[in-house]
Amino acid sequence: MGDLPKPDEMYESIDHTPPEEEWEKIESPITPGRYAYPAKDKNLSIMEFRTPGEWSPADEEWPLPENWQQIIHEGFKERLEKYRSLKIFMDTCVRCGACADKCHYFIGTGDPKNMPVVRAELLRSIYRNDFTTAGKILKKLSGGRELTKEVIKEWFAYFYQCSECRRCSVFCPYGIDTAEVTMMGRELLNLLGLNINWIMEPVANCFRTGNHLGIQPQAFKEIVEFLCDDIEEITGIKINPTFNRKGAEILFITPSGDYFADPGTYTFMGYLMLFEALGLDYTLSTYASEGGNFGLFTSSDAMKKLNSKMYAEAKRLGVKWILGGECGHMWRVINQYMDTMNGPADFLEVPKSPITGTVFNNASSTKMVHITEFTADLIRHNKLKLDPSRNDKFKVTYHDSCNPARAMGLLEEPRYVINNVCNYFYEMPENTIREQTFCCGSGSGLNTEEVMDLRLRGGLPRANAVKHVHEKYGVNMLACICAIDRAAFPPLMEYWVPEVGTTGIHELVANALVMDGEKERTTDLRFEPLKEEEDEADEG
Amino acid sequence: MNVSYLYSLLAVIILGLIAYVGAAIGLESLFGIVIPYLAILAFLVGFVNKVLDWAKSPVPFRITTTCGQQKTLDWIKPSTIDNPTTTRGVIIRMLLEILLFRSLFRNTRVEFKGEKVSYKWVIWLWLFAIMFHYSFFVVVIRHLRFFVEPTPFFVNALETVDGMLQLGLPGLFISGATLLGATTLLLLRRILLPKMNYISRAADYFPLFLIIGIALTGIMMRYFTKVDVVKIKELTMGLASFHPGIPEGGVSALFYVHLFFVSLLVAYIPFSKLMHMGGIFLSPTRNLANNNRMKRHINPWNPKVKIHTYDEYEEDFRDKMKDAGIPVEKE
Repeated sequence: MGDLPKPDEMYESIDHTPPEEEWEKIESPITPGRYAYPAKDKNLSIMEFRTPGEWSPADEEWPLPENWQQIIHEGFKERLEKYRSLKIFMDTCVRCGACADKCHYFIGTGDPKNMPVVRAELLRSIYRNDFTTAGKILKKLSGGRELTKEVIKEWFAYFYQCSECRRCSVFCPYGIDTAEVTMMGRELLNLLGLNINWIMEPVANCFRTGNHLGIQPQAFKEIVEFLCDDIEEITGIKINPTFNRKGAEILFITPSGDYFADPGTYTFMGYLMLFEALGLDYTLSTYASEGGNFGLFTSSDAMKKLNSKMYAEAKRLGVKWILGGECGHMWRVINQYMDTMNGPADFLEVPKSPITGTVFNNASSTKMVHITEFTADLIRHNKLKLDPSRNDKFKVTYHDSCNPARAMGLLEEPRYVINNVCNYFYEMPENTIREQTFCCGSGSGLNTEEVMDLRLRGGLPRANAVKHVHEKYGVNMLACICAIDRAAFPPLMEYWVPEVGTTGIHELVANALVMDGEKERTTDLRFEPLKEEEDEADEG
Repeated sequence: MNVSYLYSLLAVIILGLIAYVGAAIGLESLFGIVIPYLAILAFLVGFVNKVLDWAKSPVPFRITTTCGQQKTLDWIKPSTIDNPTTTRGVIIRMLLEILLFRSLFRNTRVEFKGEKVSYKWVIWLWLFAIMFHYSFFVVVIRHLRFFVEPTPFFVNALETVDGMLQLGLPGLFISGATLLGATTLLLLRRILLPKMNYISRAADYFPLFLIIGIALTGIMMRYFTKVDVVKIKELTMGLASFHPGIPEGGVSALFYVHLFFVSLLVAYIPFSKLMHMGGIFLSPTRNLANNNRMKRHINPWNPKVKIHTYDEYEEDFRDKMKDAGIPVEKE
C-alpha cells in the first residue's frame, strides 16, 4: 500500500461539497487507484464475449468496435424489453436525494457521480435521449444527452465503482435498486468487450475448472487434506472428507476463497470439524467447487452458466439436498436467481436435517440451505457440545454482508450462532447493521489490489463503525459470513483499525466445538494460544 | 451554483402570462375548453401507454429488497412486512410505502464528526413529502365540487375538516396553505442544500413551480380577488358534462391562468418523473414476496446457455482426478 495517504490524511481529504460544474460536463477521471485492469482476451473468449485486445482505461482512445453506438442502442432496447425493473427504474426517479449519501463509495470519495441517483442518471440520460418522447422533443431540458465515447468511459468508471450492495434501494421511496442499474450498465459494457480482469478471470476459471481461483481437482483435494492435517494437529482428530462421492446425502458447496487463503481457510476447517462432529453424510465436489458466482457481476447469462453446476452436480451425485457455505453474493444468486435460472430441482428432496429432523420448508423449492440456518437449528436442539470460553479472547462484532441482509434477510441466524459460541458479542451502531449494513468496499468483483484507494474509501463507513465498537467495548474480531469480506477486511482493518482481525462464523463455531475424542486444545484454529498471554499483567 | 431553476421559473411565468393575455384578448374557448380537453386526452393516452409499456416487459427475477428477518426456522420471528413471504405481507408493505412513504421515513444524513462518521435520522424530506402529497390530494378532492352536482357528501365533510380553523372569510382551507408551504419547502430544499442543488435539473423545478403557480392562483382567487365561483362552476360543469361553454359575462383571467397551469401539469405527468405515481406500484424490489426458495419464479425468456458440462470437465482433468483418487465416470 505504498502510494496511499495515511488514514487520517485520507479521512481529512474527504469532501462532500459538490463541484462547481454540472456532472454532465465533468470528464470522468480515470486515475490510478480508481480503475481496475481490463479483462484479458483469453478470459473474454472463454465466455464468448467480444475481445478488444490489449488496452488500458488510461488510454485516450478505447478499442471500441466500429458500430459501438448501434450495439449499445440495441442492447439497451433489448434489456428494456426483457426487464420491467429497468423501465421502472429509468422512469420513476424523482431525484428526491434520499439515496445520495447512502452509498459507501460516495461517503468515502465525495465524488458526486457516486451518489446512487447520479450513477443511475449516467444511464438514464441516455435512456431519455434515445427512448422517450419527452427526451426526443425536449433534449437536454428533459435531462437527456447524446451517447458519446466519453459516456462509455464514464460508465466504465462508475459502474465499476458500485458494489451492487443495494443499500440505497432500502431508502428509495420507489425501491429503485442501483445494483440492477449497474448490472445493466455492465451488461452493456460487456457487449463492447469492456470488463475488468478481476471479474472475467474468475468467471472464465469457474467455467472451466469449477471455481473462481482455477484450482484443479487434484489441487483442491490436496488443499483440503492439508487443512485436515492442521485440524488433526489441533484436535487430534483425523478427518477424511470425500470428493465427488455418489450417494452422499448432502452436497456441500462453499466459495473457493474459503479453501484458498487465510482467514477463509479457518472457516473451511470449521465446516469440516462441524460435519465430522455430527457424522454428517456429505461430499465435496471438485466440479461444483465454487459457491460464489462472479457471473452475477458480469451478465445474467454468465451467472446462469456458472450457477448451473450446482444442480447438475447434485443430480449427477444423487444427493438429497445441498448445503451452502458462508458467502454473500453467492446467496443472492441462490435466493433470487438459481431456481428461476436452473430449476426446478425436482430431483432433490426438501432439505431435512439428519441430526434434528428439522425440515427446511423455507428452502422447499431450491433445496439448498444456508450453513448458519443449519447450525442455528443444531444449537437450538442442543446437538452441539460447545465451550464458548475458548473464544474468550475475542471481543466479537458482526458485519451483515450486503446480499444475505438485503437480498435474503439472513439476520438472526448468524447472531444466534455467534451468541452461542462466544461470550463477548457487541453490535455496531444501528444504522450500520442489518438491512442498513455497509459494504466492505470491495464487493461485486472490486476486491483487486489496483483499486485499493477506492476499496479503503468505500470501506470507511464499515471500518469506522468497527472502530467505534473497538474503542467502546474493546472489540478485536470482526465476524462475517462472506468470503469476499474475509479477503477484503484484513487490509481494510489493517488500514483503519489495525487491532481488529477478521473471522468467519464457523471458525468461531469450531473453536468452541467440543468434538468426541478430541485432545485438550491449547490453540485455536490459527495455531494461536486459546487464551491471550497475560504479558502485561506479569510484567506489571 | 446550479441555477437551472431560473429557467423553470421563467418558463412557468411566461406560460402564466400567455394564459392571462390569451384570456384577455378573447381566447377563452382555447384556454377554457380546448386546452383542458387536450390535456386530459394527453394524460389518459400517455398514462395508459406508459403503464402498458411497463407491463409489456416481464419480471424475469424476483429481486425483492429485504429489509428485515427472513422466514426460516420456526423459532426465529420473521419480519412479515419488511421481508414478506405472503401476498398479504406484500400488500401491507406496499400500502405502507404508498400511503405512509415508509422507506423515506428511514432517511438518515451522514455527518463526519471528528473521527466518527455518524448517520442521523432525518425526517424533513419525509415530512415535506407527506404534507405535499396529502394536501394536494385533499385539494383535488375538494375541487370535485366543481365537477359533480350535487356535491358529494364526502367533499362537504372534507371541507368541514379542512376549514376547521375557521379563519377569515371565506374560511381558510388548511390544505391550500400546506400545499403552498410544502411545495415551497421542497423547492427551497432543492435550491439551498448543496447536494440537492447539484442533482436537480430543470425537469425537477418545472413541476414544483407549476404547482406553486396553481396553489398561488387558487389562493388568490379564493381569498383576495374573490372571483365569481358560480360562473366558474358553470364552466367546469360544462366541461365535465361534455357540454362545454364559456359563461356569459366571462370569468376572471386569473382563473384561466389557474386552469392552464392545471392542464399543463396533467398533460405533463405521463412524460415525466411524475409517473412515479404509477411506477411505485410496479417496482419489483417492493411488490414481490421474498419466497424464492419456497416457490419457483418463472422467467418467460429464460435463455438456453452453453454450459461446461461435467463430462467436458472430466475430459479435461480425468488423469489428474484418477491419480488423486477422485472418482470418475469413465475409467
